[in-house]
Amino acid sequence: MSPLLEVHDLGLSFDRSNALGPGMSGVSFTLEPGHVLGVVGESGSGKTSLARALVGLRPTRSGHIMLMGQRLPPDGTMSTDLRRQVQMVFQNPVASLDPRMTILQSLEEPLRVHRGDMDARQRLARAVDVLEMVGLPSATLAGYPHQFSGGQCQRIAIARALMVQPALLICDEVVSALDVSVQAQVLNLLMSLQRELGLAMVFISHDLAVVRHICDQVAVIYRGGLLEQGEAVALCAHPAHPYTRDLLAAVPGARVSAGRPAPLAPDQPNSGCAYRHRCELATQLCVERAPGLGSRMDLSPDRKVACHHPLVSGKPAGIVGQ
Amino acid sequence: MSATGPVLQVTGLQVSYGPVHRSTDAVRGLDFELYAGEVLAVVGESGSGKSQTALALLGLLGPGARRRGRMLLEGKSLDELDEAGWTRVRGRRIGLVSQDPGQALNPYLSIGKQMLEMLRWHQGLGGVKAREQAESMLRAVGLTDAPSVLGKYPHELSGGMQQRAVMALALLGEPVVLVADEPTTALDVTTQSQVLALIASLARQSGTAVLLITHDLAVVRGVADRVLVMYGGRVLEQGRTDELFAAAGHPYTAGLIACAPGLTSTPGSLLPSLQGQAPGAGDWPQGCPFHPRCPRRLEKCATSMPVLEQISTTHWRACFNPGSDL
Amino acid sequence: MSTTPVAVTHWRAALARLAENRAAMAAAVVLVLVCLAVLVGPWLVSATSQAVDWDQISTPPSLHNGHLLGTDANGRDLLARMLMGGRISLAVGLLATLVSVLIGVIYGATAGYLGGRVDQLMMRAVDVLYALPFLFLVILLTVYFGRHIMLIFLAIGAINWLDMSRIVRGQAMSLKRQEFVLAAQATGVSSAGILLRHILPNLTGIVVVYATLTVPQVILAESFLSFLGLGVQEPLTSWGSLISEGAREMENAPWMLVYPGLVLGLTLLCLNFLGDGLRDALDPMRDDRRDGT
Repeated sequence: MSPLLEVHDLGLSFDRSNALGPGMSGVSFTLEPGHVLGVVGESGSGKTSLARALVGLRPTRSGHIMLMGQRLPPDGTMSTDLRRQVQMVFQNPVASLDPRMTILQSLEEPLRVHRGDMDARQRLARAVDVLEMVGLPSATLAGYPHQFSGGQCQRIAIARALMVQPALLICDEVVSALDVSVQAQVLNLLMSLQRELGLAMVFISHDLAVVRHICDQVAVIYRGGLLEQGEAVALCAHPAHPYTRDLLAAVPGARVSAGRPAPLAPDQPNSGCAYRHRCELATQLCVERAPGLGSRMDLSPDRKVACHHPLVSGKPAGIVGQ
Repeated sequence: MSATGPVLQVTGLQVSYGPVHRSTDAVRGLDFELYAGEVLAVVGESGSGKSQTALALLGLLGPGARRRGRMLLEGKSLDELDEAGWTRVRGRRIGLVSQDPGQALNPYLSIGKQMLEMLRWHQGLGGVKAREQAESMLRAVGLTDAPSVLGKYPHELSGGMQQRAVMALALLGEPVVLVADEPTTALDVTTQSQVLALIASLARQSGTAVLLITHDLAVVRGVADRVLVMYGGRVLEQGRTDELFAAAGHPYTAGLIACAPGLTSTPGSLLPSLQGQAPGAGDWPQGCPFHPRCPRRLEKCATSMPVLEQISTTHWRACFNPGSDL
Repeated sequence: MSTTPVAVTHWRAALARLAENRAAMAAAVVLVLVCLAVLVGPWLVSATSQAVDWDQISTPPSLHNGHLLGTDANGRDLLARMLMGGRISLAVGLLATLVSVLIGVIYGATAGYLGGRVDQLMMRAVDVLYALPFLFLVILLTVYFGRHIMLIFLAIGAINWLDMSRIVRGQAMSLKRQEFVLAAQATGVSSAGILLRHILPNLTGIVVVYATLTVPQVILAESFLSFLGLGVQEPLTSWGSLISEGAREMENAPWMLVYPGLVLGLTLLCLNFLGDGLRDALDPMRDDRRDGT
């Protein structure tokens, strides 16, 4: 089966608002149909830029993205047909719905664009069906976004994304803005929808524990670069990159501890490894040369790490005196 | 817990808004005590009333707010303070670290200027002595390159560093109580744990009492000594952190603890979750505010409000049918 | 929240907020009365605005002589003239505002949404137009085309759209960054579709506010023109013309200045109060939020 999504050596120029270095460079990954890829990163990692590039909201600077065998134009546009196959759910549920439109109107919009053959009655029927899939009653259709809670709005946003039966769903921090008790509900919903509909998903989050729970593969990005990539559970059990280990340590109740934090330094010019300013394992080599992505099949068949001193079983390897 | 009595004592705190016959009750009867050197976490989701509690303690409630109950700081009442009185209390006796460090810091002044201003205002210090104190405080919050940070403007620092600077500012007045309102929510995950650890260690070292307000129960483990769980403007459960995590009596607490996937969950399995969502402030049902969502609700939960009962010396709980199904 | 929400639109919530603003409500009531007066009044007043009462030239206001507010130098009843003049002033106000809103909104929304070079070009054009002296233009136009009332509409409307376009452009730019617009783009809605279905409807709030605040500006502009003698021609009259006449007769017949002046001032004041009240009431993002802490 050919991959649904192929990202090859992708480079994105940075957002005007994101002043921390280059948007993204040299990121590659593939996604098979029906699989879930987690993209883990913090602020400034470029994950939102990546999400937008995948749905054709953002031009790319270098490399390419292939969706269902078709190459996306670098200017950030996308044919309507292709847009139907990839839909996005955003971080702020209430803001992602037009406050002036009823829920029905918001849900109908994808149908108007892609299924012009449907009449009003058919659109209504489809909206009711999809709302049921996300666990909301049909009475929701008459309301306006401001009348619903964050969790309900996110369900509506998910419903909207599913109206035209896309093959790929991009989730950009979809539970971060929700109450903790509601996050689990929405995650459960996404998991069951993904299984039922055979959706492929790119799930972007800063929470490695959530990503481990719902994703097959994980890609860890930092400041626009891919640092580690591989099967989710194995990656969390045996992280190879110090940053992955630090992300794991930040999960409450984790039994890994973060490396001794490097002295906090404000932004410095980028050369060598992007993580060297925060890494306690950084050496002169890390300053001079950015590490390329290398395989670590000893940890898991698909694992790749970009590090001069990757960890071995959670311990740093190759440092003299360590 | 200190033998000298609580630093902060709150009894029967109620905060409401709007006209009396149609009032929105944000906080409906809150009691707690805070002792020197300890970290008390107030955990609640949106609408629980936790932020209103923080505002009440700092005299920052909006003009339409009605407050009842008693608040005693080191034995002295805060209830009758006017704005001038509050200005003397804030910063000097009660400090605040809030969610967005970018908003707490003046973008037009360097960190150093803001700190010196605080020192001048609260301690009448100036010149070299003030500078030394500012530097030592910056080092205490983990900004080791203190002289350099003093000269920087807020936008030149990362989020984590900004929050540390805010903490340094808050502690300059040597307050007895520090209110930290969601201090790490706007920060990166990897910085969060560092900043929380910092708060805890500062508390223990300097004897400052910390009231940590957060929506995330999971992060308070390892940081807080005691936890207060709020829902519907009331306290549902209260106790030592280890006690609560080991044996949460209240279904809500148990639910909160269970529903976050840790690193040991079975991937792909359905996460334990609480159904429904927290109602907005003031939209409370009759009886126990949690009962519509509670998997263990009984008939009487819909009509009467359970009161806080003492279960052990340090553990209180308000529930007719405690236990955990999740 | 119950599972059957009533469709509480923004307008209803905003109207409720507006209703609480006493100054705005009082202003609205006064405006309605003024509108009624100028619409219906001329038929109720015994004298007409043209009729010359030869016996009562330049008489002061009195309750007995049939001229409630007095007469002017030609013996015409002031009240009747004020009511007729009000029709013109308000009509010019509303129509010119409509013109300026239409041009301003379309221009500003397009510039703001498209952004980039197109926006730069369009806004520089606005800057250039801003620099043109309004009065000069109107004088030129009047000299060329004569003092036609339509001309007044167009001239005033053509100047006022500049303000509206700037405001709308700013709002459109901030709307463009909202996630619901991104969502629509990701879904594949065309630019035109987004402008029509997402941007414009979300602009109505701010447009209503500034339109209400534009009406007094326009009425004042018309009054100013009439005061200078460039406005409406006889037999038509407007509040501005009346004030102009009144200023000339100030010493002998002060009522000719006082009453039109009062009415004009009152109307402008009420429009401003209402506009301010609308701005507060329609403050976006202030609708009941369900996830406040």
